[in-house]
Amino acid sequence: MAGVNLLSDQGYRIDGRKPNELRRIQCKLGVFKQADGSAYIEQGNTKVLATVYGPHEIRGSRAKLLLDRVLVNCQYSMATFSTGERKRRPRGDRKSQEMTMHLKQTFDAAIMTNLYPRSQIDIFVEVLQSDGGNYCASVNAATLALIDAGIPMKDFVCACSASFVNDNPIADINYLEESSGGPELIVATLPKSDQIVFLEQNSRLHEDNLSKVIDLAVKSCKDVYTVLDQTVRDHVSELSNSHGWDH
Amino acid sequence: MVDIRVVGARDRQKQEFTEEISNLVCPGDVITTDTGFMRGHGTYMEDEKLHASVAGVVERVNKLICVKPLKTRYNGEVGDVVIGRIIEVGQKRWKVDTRSKLDSILMLSSVNLPGGELRRRSEEDEKMMRNYLKEGDLISAEVQSVFSDGALSLHTRSLKYGKLAQGTIIQVSPSLIKRRKTHFHTLPCGATIILGNNGSVWISATMNEETEQTGGYEQDLEPVSKGDREVIARLRNCVIALSEHQMMLYDTSVLYSYEESLRFNVKDILKPEIMTEIIENTQPRLESLGT
Repeated sequence: MAGVNLLSDQGYRIDGRKPNELRRIQCKLGVFKQADGSAYIEQGNTKVLATVYGPHEIRGSRAKLLLDRVLVNCQYSMATFSTGERKRRPRGDRKSQEMTMHLKQTFDAAIMTNLYPRSQIDIFVEVLQSDGGNYCASVNAATLALIDAGIPMKDFVCACSASFVNDNPIADINYLEESSGGPELIVATLPKSDQIVFLEQNSRLHEDNLSKVIDLAVKSCKDVYTVLDQTVRDHVSELSNSHGWDH
Repeated sequence: MVDIRVVGARDRQKQEFTEEISNLVCPGDVITTDTGFMRGHGTYMEDEKLHASVAGVVERVNKLICVKPLKTRYNGEVGDVVIGRIIEVGQKRWKVDTRSKLDSILMLSSVNLPGGELRRRSEEDEKMMRNYLKEGDLISAEVQSVFSDGALSLHTRSLKYGKLAQGTIIQVSPSLIKRRKTHFHTLPCGATIILGNNGSVWISATMNEETEQTGGYEQDLEPVSKGDREVIARLRNCVIALSEHQMMLYDTSVLYSYEESLRFNVKDILKPEIMTEIIENTQPRLESLGT
């Protein structure tokens, strides 16, 4: 986008962050009582709620039943008021369908699906406010909700986006940076084993720069992991203290 | 008068006594690199290392290592008392929703039909199944066996189990139900409480002797007196208060919190500050018992 300088001469981005700096992450586990697991996350101005139900008996069409593993069912939806312009369809449009599919693939890889044959896990993700990095915030929220539900996973799944501006890779891009037409790389990783479970790129990026951008995105995922891990630890300690279990 | 609270206000004060527990793990954490241990629930083996797959506290029994998550769906065990709802009538069986990972099954052969234990089950009975239990009915039952995929098989072959008539049901986390010798309690305040291991709690007015012996097939649908309803409502609110504060549910804890709540109006028990007060008064009494 001409006119907007995404990275100033002093090396700061439009919202005042350094190139490798993440937006502030705030999260909370167990926000709903009725659901088996739930979480709320804010990454800068992107706000996402995730709820998990299950594992439970397959409801609806029995044709989806899998004999050897659990069926992971996702639903991604964006609140009508989440974007600058009011959205007509909160879910079911092409973009949401694609996002739903990506979330399903990501969590199929992380959940230990073989433990619960013939059952189903529902993951519902609702974007309340969208300021770029919707997929990343959704994945992070869903991870926390799954942990809250006590569903066995190989590892946390942490996602982060990255871009490339003026020969500099930048991490965790916001809406303005996302819509400026530059390249966008979205990565979801299992941070402890350094495995990438999901990678998507929009727009063009020169091959020589790709590794730099991926490295930064993967490193940012680890930073996200540090925050999520601490939240989970605080949450579990707090709850088990009030349980009065002996340690 | 309407009483409206802001949702986020209560969580602030909880932060004070949060301290990290030593053997706490999160998914993906390495528990041990020693290969001499056995892999239990909540763990998995990768690269010769034992990892946690859920967030919780590590428990070790001899060579077996488990991680127990704080909150999870109900995991049935043989002998558990559960409360469930009939969702389907099928061939010689009922499907029961027990809030478990899979629907539970109640076979026609494992229920007590009206008219004595030694009655033969004929084809007639198969056709009459919906007359005994139909979709939407609540039952109390015991877990008879667990299938290989984790589904439960229930039985009601005792007169204390069977269809539930009039009362109120509360859903709490299964981990809050303390395992006791008996889960059926007739409380001195004039109500009967069933603490299902699956986290369902049933409260009803205490019935007189003769109706109790029918296994619940003849439902007593007479209006419950106002006094009984008030006792039930108070008990319900006390159970909710206990579960909000993550206190174990068993006969003594329910009874003590009930006694502590008598100073308040029934509906006021649900107010957060009164809830806290009741729990704070109940806790020392339970601790002095040494339970």
